Amino acid sequence: MAELKQERTFWERLILIDRRVIYLIIALAMTLPFFFQMGLPIPATKEVQDIYDHIEALTPSDVVIISADFDPSVSPELLPMFDALFRHCLKAGVKVMAMSLAVQGPGLIEPVIHDAAKDYNKTNGLDYAFLGWQYGFTLVIMNMMEDLKQTFPVDYYGTRTVDLPILQGVETFADYDLIVSLAGSAVYMNWLLYAHEPYNVPLACGVTAVSAADVYPYIQSGQFLGMLGGLKGAAEYETLIEEKRMATMGMEAQNWAHIIIILFIIIGNIGYLIIGRKK
Amino acid sequence: MQISTNPWVWLGVFFTFSVLSFLYKDNPFYKLAEHVTVGVSIGYFMVIWWTNTVNPRFIIPVFENGDYYLIIPAIMGLMMVLRIVPKWSWLSRYAICFTVGAGAGMGIPRSMQASVLRQLESTMLHLGFGTTTGINNIVIFIGVLAVLIYFFFSKEHKGVFGGAAKLGIWFLMVGFGATFGYTVMARLSLFIGRVLFILQDFLGIPLAG
Repeated sequence: MAELKQERTFWERLILIDRRVIYLIIALAMTLPFFFQMGLPIPATKEVQDIYDHIEALTPSDVVIISADFDPSVSPELLPMFDALFRHCLKAGVKVMAMSLAVQGPGLIEPVIHDAAKDYNKTNGLDYAFLGWQYGFTLVIMNMMEDLKQTFPVDYYGTRTVDLPILQGVETFADYDLIVSLAGSAVYMNWLLYAHEPYNVPLACGVTAVSAADVYPYIQSGQFLGMLGGLKGAAEYETLIEEKRMATMGMEAQNWAHIIIILFIIIGNIGYLIIGRKK
Repeated sequence: MQISTNPWVWLGVFFTFSVLSFLYKDNPFYKLAEHVTVGVSIGYFMVIWWTNTVNPRFIIPVFENGDYYLIIPAIMGLMMVLRIVPKWSWLSRYAICFTVGAGAGMGIPRSMQASVLRQLESTMLHLGFGTTTGINNIVIFIGVLAVLIYFFFSKEHKGVFGGAAKLGIWFLMVGFGATFGYTVMARLSLFIGRVLFILQDFLGIPLAG
C-alpha cells in the first residue's frame, strides 16, 4: 500500500501526460505563427529546382500537362503545388493543360485555375486548357498517349476539344514535353508505368509528404525528373516563382510545430532514460 | 476581421470542428461528419461518373450512334454487379477473370521494367571517394546490398552475413525515420489547411504572407 501511495516523479508525470494536452500545444504552435511570421528562408531542393528548370527551358509551343490526381483529404498539401506549377506555366508562356484522374480533383482546381488565369490575363482554350476528369486511371493514361482529344472529347466547360485552339497540333505522347502528376495516392506510379516507361515522356510528380520517401528511388534512377514533396515542396516552388502564397504561409506554422515535436521527442526520451535507470 | 456570411463556409467550419472533436473523444458530431463525408463522396462520384462517363461513352454512342459493340463491355460490367445477387454471383467471376487477366498482362511487364530492371540499373554506379556523387553512390550501393541481405532468410544471419544484415537494419531504420518525419509533416499540413480555412475564409483575418 505504501508503494501505491508513492508520489510520481516529474518525469513520470510528464510521460503520462494526457495526449489532449499535447494536441492543444501543437494546435497553438500551428496557429500563432500565422499572426507572427518570422519569414524563415525556404531554399529550393534539387528535386524541386529540376522541375522549375525544366519548365523554364521550354518554349511557347511546348506542352505541360498537370494532372491533379487528388481529392479534398490531401488538398492542403497538393493544391498549393498545383497553384504554383500552373502559375509558373502561365508565366513561362507554355501550353498548359490541367486534368484529373480523381473525380473530386476538377472541383478543387477550378477556382485556382480561374484565379491564376485572371492574375496573368490568360484565356481558357487559347493559353491553357482545362480537360476535367475521365474515369479509368490507367486506361485514361494509355488512351491519352495515343489520342488526347479522343480521351477528352470535351473539356471541363463542355467545349469540344477539337475546337480548342491550344490543342491544335497536340495529339499524342510525342507532343507532351512534361507531365506532372500531383498524386494523393500511388497514382504517380501509373504515370510512370504507362506514360514514362513505354513512351519516355518527361515525368515529374508532386506527392503528399507521406509518400515522398517512396519516390526518391525513382528520382535517383532518373525516371522522375523531379518531385514536390508535401507542403514544403510547394513552398519551395513558390519561392522559385517568387510568389509567396498558401504554402509559404503554412510553412511557418509547420516549422514551429516541428520544433515542438522535436522537443517532445527529446524530453520523452530523456524521461524514459531517467525512469529506466531508476527501475 | 470580417466573419463570413456564406452558409457553406459556416457548414465547412462546423464539419471541421466536428471532425477535430474526435481528438477529445468519439462523439455524435464526429459520427455525423464521417457519415456525411462518405455519403456526399459517393453521391458526387455517381453524378460525375454518369455525366462524364456513362452518358457520353455508352448511352449516346449506343442509342444515338449505333455503336452496339459497346454493349459487350457493358454486359461484363453488369456481371460484376451481380456479386450482390447470391444466385447469380458466379457470373461475376468471368468479368473479374477478364479484368485480372488484362490488368496483370498490362501491369506485370511494365512493373518489372520500371520497378525492378530500371531500379537495378540505377544501382550500377560509378563508385569513388573523389566526389560527393561518388560517395553517395557508395552509400546507395552498400545500402541496397545490405538491405537485400537482411531480407534473405535462407541463410542464418551469422558472421559476416549477419553483420551485413545488421547494417541492412540500420539502413531500413534510416528509411523508416525519414518516412515517419515526412508523415508527421503531412498530417501537420492537413491541419494547417484547416487553420488557414478558419482564419481566412471564415474569420476573414488578413494574414501575413
